[in-house]
Amino acid sequence: MSIFSGFQFRRVSTPIHNLDPRIKFIFVIAIFAVAIMFIELPVLLLLFFLQIPIVLIAKVQRQWIRSMRGAVFLASIIFATNFVFSYIYSGYRFTPSLLESAVALTFRFVVLVESFSLFFLTTSPDHLGLALEQSHVPYEFCFAFTTAVRFVPVLAEEAQTIMDAQKARGLELEKGNFMKRIRNYIPILIPLIVSAIRRSLELAEAMESRAWGAIKKRTNLYELRLRRGDYILLILTVALLGVAVYVRLYIPIPSMTSLLKL
Amino acid sequence: MTAIETKNLSYTYQGSTKPSLQDVSIKIEKGEFVILTGPSGCGKTTLCRCFNGLIPHFYNGTLKGTINVAELNVVEHQIHELALHVGFVFQNPENQLFALSVEKDVAFALENLGTPREEMRNRVEWALKTVGAYDFRERAPHELSGGQQQRVAIASVIAMQPDVMVLDEPTSFLDPLGAKKIFEVIADLNKRFGITVILVEHRLDLTAQYASHVVIMDKGTVILDGKPRDIFNMDEARLIGVGIPKVTRLFQILKEDGIDLKDAPVSSEEAAELLRSILTHD
Amino acid sequence: MIEVKDIHFTFPSGVEALKGVSLSIRDGEFVAIMGQNGAGKTTLVKHFNGLLKPTTGEVIVDSISTRKTSVAKLARNVGFVFQNPDHQLFCESVEEEIAFGLRNFGFDQNLTKKRVDWALNLLDLTEYRQSSPFLLSGGERKRVALASVLAWDPKTVVLDEPTIGQDHQQKEKLRQFIIQLNSQGKTVIVVTHDVEFVAESNPRVVLMTDGRIVADGMAEEILTNEALVTRASIVPPQITQIFLRLTDLGLPTNVIDVYQARNVLHKYMEDRRR
Repeated sequence: MSIFSGFQFRRVSTPIHNLDPRIKFIFVIAIFAVAIMFIELPVLLLLFFLQIPIVLIAKVQRQWIRSMRGAVFLASIIFATNFVFSYIYSGYRFTPSLLESAVALTFRFVVLVESFSLFFLTTSPDHLGLALEQSHVPYEFCFAFTTAVRFVPVLAEEAQTIMDAQKARGLELEKGNFMKRIRNYIPILIPLIVSAIRRSLELAEAMESRAWGAIKKRTNLYELRLRRGDYILLILTVALLGVAVYVRLYIPIPSMTSLLKL
Repeated sequence: MTAIETKNLSYTYQGSTKPSLQDVSIKIEKGEFVILTGPSGCGKTTLCRCFNGLIPHFYNGTLKGTINVAELNVVEHQIHELALHVGFVFQNPENQLFALSVEKDVAFALENLGTPREEMRNRVEWALKTVGAYDFRERAPHELSGGQQQRVAIASVIAMQPDVMVLDEPTSFLDPLGAKKIFEVIADLNKRFGITVILVEHRLDLTAQYASHVVIMDKGTVILDGKPRDIFNMDEARLIGVGIPKVTRLFQILKEDGIDLKDAPVSSEEAAELLRSILTHD
Repeated sequence: MIEVKDIHFTFPSGVEALKGVSLSIRDGEFVAIMGQNGAGKTTLVKHFNGLLKPTTGEVIVDSISTRKTSVAKLARNVGFVFQNPDHQLFCESVEEEIAFGLRNFGFDQNLTKKRVDWALNLLDLTEYRQSSPFLLSGGERKRVALASVLAWDPKTVVLDEPTIGQDHQQKEKLRQFIIQLNSQGKTVIVVTHDVEFVAESNPRVVLMTDGRIVADGMAEEILTNEALVTRASIVPPQITQIFLRLTDLGLPTNVIDVYQARNVLHKYMEDRRR
């Protein structure tokens, strides 16, 4: 569960939080693209450390560390799989470069988690919904997204209440073998689902009563406008991509092993 | 001007064998504060759904008779057209707030109607200030108490500046103090802006004092329709199972004992005044 | 017997909901736990069946400390009826629903059937035996939830806000039912903010505000005490409100019921005539 808390938004105002989500997203995609372009460990390490100052400016260190910790499990699987298979494939010979490439691929994953986590930690869901709207995603999807996010804490609380209600009738969730334990969750899932259906009906009634569907072209209370900070980030992103492409094409990167004279 | 008028209105939900409304004929004038009450299952909610077009447009089923709201025939107009004239506040505060901030929720209806941004901002601010929710306009609905949520729901309805506001047991989930605050907001809207209010309620103790018109239903039909003081004082109201205000009940049993307070009180202030005059004159 | 010994409770989110609560409830008592929404009433009663364990302090139910005891074990004797029946209903028939608790507590097939029949009869639900609980009306679903808890015959029954959304007649029936349960020897604990409901039953009232108990006594004394009522942000019964306005005439204020009011007024007028 800790990997999820690394993606939760908290309302804080920092220069990073105030950036336009669309531009932030372009930046994340750029990082992703650069990470794909290179398999050399020095570059990937650079990408990793490049984002740390952003984490600090946004003051999301604690949550970000939690998401990184959550990623450790998957990262170690990626590392182990890569290492084992390339070891077998290269004829059961251990070389430093083998180790390096496994570490590099793992770091590619880590860089991805790092940037996406940073994105979600610094972008409020309504900001995100607004960005989707202004990017001409059909309103129905934006609405479904923001409404879903709005009800997450409500459903979580309801699930807890249902669990309490059934425990108070003698239901013991932890007892029994594997199959029994799964069946124990039926008294929790059914009320939850039924409640969700009832809730949807009530929401639909309320939506209709507030003139849903009156006009095709909806207006919006807020508007996302690009500001100086956004343009700066955009320029940096383009520069980053430009440099990356140039380096990829013309400059050979030494491997970590050779740098460390192994 | 008539705000709402129904003539021989009958309605059966789809898939149901029994009608939920039978031959309902009522007339509500502009500016009235109407209390609609009756035992569970009497058809109050069904009738309310007819007022803003949920019946027959959202709930299919068979509708007979006529119903006009703000001079519009409900059957002939879509729900979003009627929404400009009739606002609806539902029982559960949680399930009528969609957005991640109070402000955005209050603007929801206006956004749907394509209102220009400047006008939207003004109306949202006005609505929030009128119900006393301006201070928490940037909070998320989940962080608010039930009473605050209902106030936001009311704000999001009055932002559309409707002539009529229907509230279906809006204080069910609130404690008495929270309920009182909501009723005060509603009464204020009725008095200051002349919005016609139709309030479905069981808690007559807290609301009787605001009403100018009472309609009591039972089993799909209107049994009593008139002024609060007269209606609550009738034996029939009590016998149907409506929880008439305790002070009115006290008046009734004192009358049986030969003590006549003259007017049937509907609030504790009135009752105290009436008792005072009897006790000091004695 | 339920003993609450100076408990504090803080939620994982950091909110301190109970700030030093002590209470004793003897067998067979009828207690109403009252206060505003957020005062800590539900948090307190959830300690009685172990759903919540105190952060500090102890809760002892029938000489067993709740700290080390499972909810299932405690629930056998402390039945909890939640506010929203829809949070419990999940079976295909009302019969199954009522049998659920019985099966969890290890009742054998024969006894289960007997108890189900008994519970159905008690709550007037026999005709709905095979019905799907989801197709019943709101009031009927509440009765099913109540039946499913009473079926296993717990010594203590806790009802959390049982009057919400109920009309006058339903509340009256419920009130009679609760009094009947209590007269049969069950300890009944009702968490409610419905002052009129409590005024008509005149139980022991424990008044809470902001995580603490501020008063503990008979309904008649507590609901008519203007200072207390204001402090706990509750509204006094309507009848009491009348008498609170007439204190200058020398009338008593501990009147909560219509018939009581009538008697008091008669006596006052007779005394004045003399």
